Amino acid sequence: MSDVQTGTPALKQGFAEMFKGGVIMDVVTADQARIAEAAGATAVMALERVPADIRVDGGVARMSDPKMIKEIIGAVSIPVMAKVRIGHIVEAQILQALGVDFIDESEVLTPADDQYHILKSEFKVPFVCGAKNLGEALRRVGEGASMIRTKGEAGTGNVIEAVRHARTVLGDIRTIQARPAEELMTAARDLQAPYELVKYVHQHGKLPVVNFAAGGVATPADAALMMVLGLDGVFVGSGIFKSDNPERRAQAIVKAVTHYQNPDVLAEISEDLGAPMTGINIDDLIPAERLAARGW
Amino acid sequence: MSAGPRIGVLALQGAYREHRQRLEALGAQVTEVRLPGDLAGLRGLILPGGESTTMARLMTEYRLWGPVRDFHAAGGHLWGTCAGAILLAREVQGAPPQFGHQDSLALLDVTVQRNAFGRQIDSFTTEVRVSGLEAPLPAVFIRAPAFARTGAGVERLSTYEGQTVAVRQGTLLATAFHPELTGDLRLHELFVDGLTEPVAN
Repeated sequence: MSDVQTGTPALKQGFAEMFKGGVIMDVVTADQARIAEAAGATAVMALERVPADIRVDGGVARMSDPKMIKEIIGAVSIPVMAKVRIGHIVEAQILQALGVDFIDESEVLTPADDQYHILKSEFKVPFVCGAKNLGEALRRVGEGASMIRTKGEAGTGNVIEAVRHARTVLGDIRTIQARPAEELMTAARDLQAPYELVKYVHQHGKLPVVNFAAGGVATPADAALMMVLGLDGVFVGSGIFKSDNPERRAQAIVKAVTHYQNPDVLAEISEDLGAPMTGINIDDLIPAERLAARGW
Repeated sequence: MSAGPRIGVLALQGAYREHRQRLEALGAQVTEVRLPGDLAGLRGLILPGGESTTMARLMTEYRLWGPVRDFHAAGGHLWGTCAGAILLAREVQGAPPQFGHQDSLALLDVTVQRNAFGRQIDSFTTEVRVSGLEAPLPAVFIRAPAFARTGAGVERLSTYEGQTVAVRQGTLLATAFHPELTGDLRLHELFVDGLTEPVAN
């Protein structure tokens, strides 16, 4: 039929809508992917090392081995995401060729380009990108991102940066909403964001795409906090597989995102989960180790 | 204007907000269903799109299977879209390989094939003809399932490329695509209108 369309913004954004109220978990093996699926993850993010290990190991962090990604695709029925370096067009082409369901152009990997992000609208596969504020989020959407995640500070188990970025993005949105229409062009200039997207935010009071939290979520309460602040769902990386009991913690975080408005349920599921990941006090990080600062 | 029927949307995960907005646009009163007690007083329940594995897991965790079956047995109407259609089906093909099966309500006498049209890269939009609707309906297929087998009591409402993509069986409605992602309210209207009719038996 002539009217069939694939890879359209509506399809990519519609797919991202299906993750809402869900948890997307970082995994590094097919076994971990199975644990994530069994715990109720809405998708898994296949990567070579979780952010906490990338921090410890140092060196250049790149796209994962396609063999590992294929194993994970074969192991689960939920969607599989994978990360590319910022600006690495070819890594993205490779992931698209592998049939990955979503690509994360991620500051957690070592950037490949210190000026430009990928023109994501050129791809059929949808992209998620990190953002710390509204301008950054709208620049990524302007390039074709179908989903935004606040950056947080990955691999720290410390939620403060995720909270800061969520409050910044949501606060920026409220500020835009409150401004009269004739101020929006200047607002777009100040935000360094596309004017049409600033108008969208003004009219709708939200981003044009789904907005998830990420970076430093380590407990069910952390995950629920991000939902209470007004985000659509949560990415959890090191927080699960660097804790004492990944299965239980993963299940609890999934439930916390569904029942974020129900403190009785949260109290019940937060009990006796074993030790969370150790965590890093972000004040101790030297600036070069701050991943959230990557992205332009 | 009298208040519209009270309708629930299963809000464990997925596109429940879109269904809520569509229903409210039609004047329905909407309850988000997360726990069995939320079903009280509802006439209908929509099971939205999302991840069927996740929703099935949470249905088990919150002991929702029995109460939703009871709700249907008591005359409650159910409509599953995409993942929600999988939850309604008697048999599920393409369950997570690690489990080999997927729990479902087993109310709708169909075999549903998960991801019948492929992965996300194969997702598509098109128009489909639906029995009972005059003009074609815009349809968004996202990693969509299809009804590979339909039992004797199941009416096929729509097919696409030889696959059955919308069915009805008594008070059960199921669509493989996502009417909640388009501005076309006709299927929601069909569902809401059905709730005002007396339930058979």
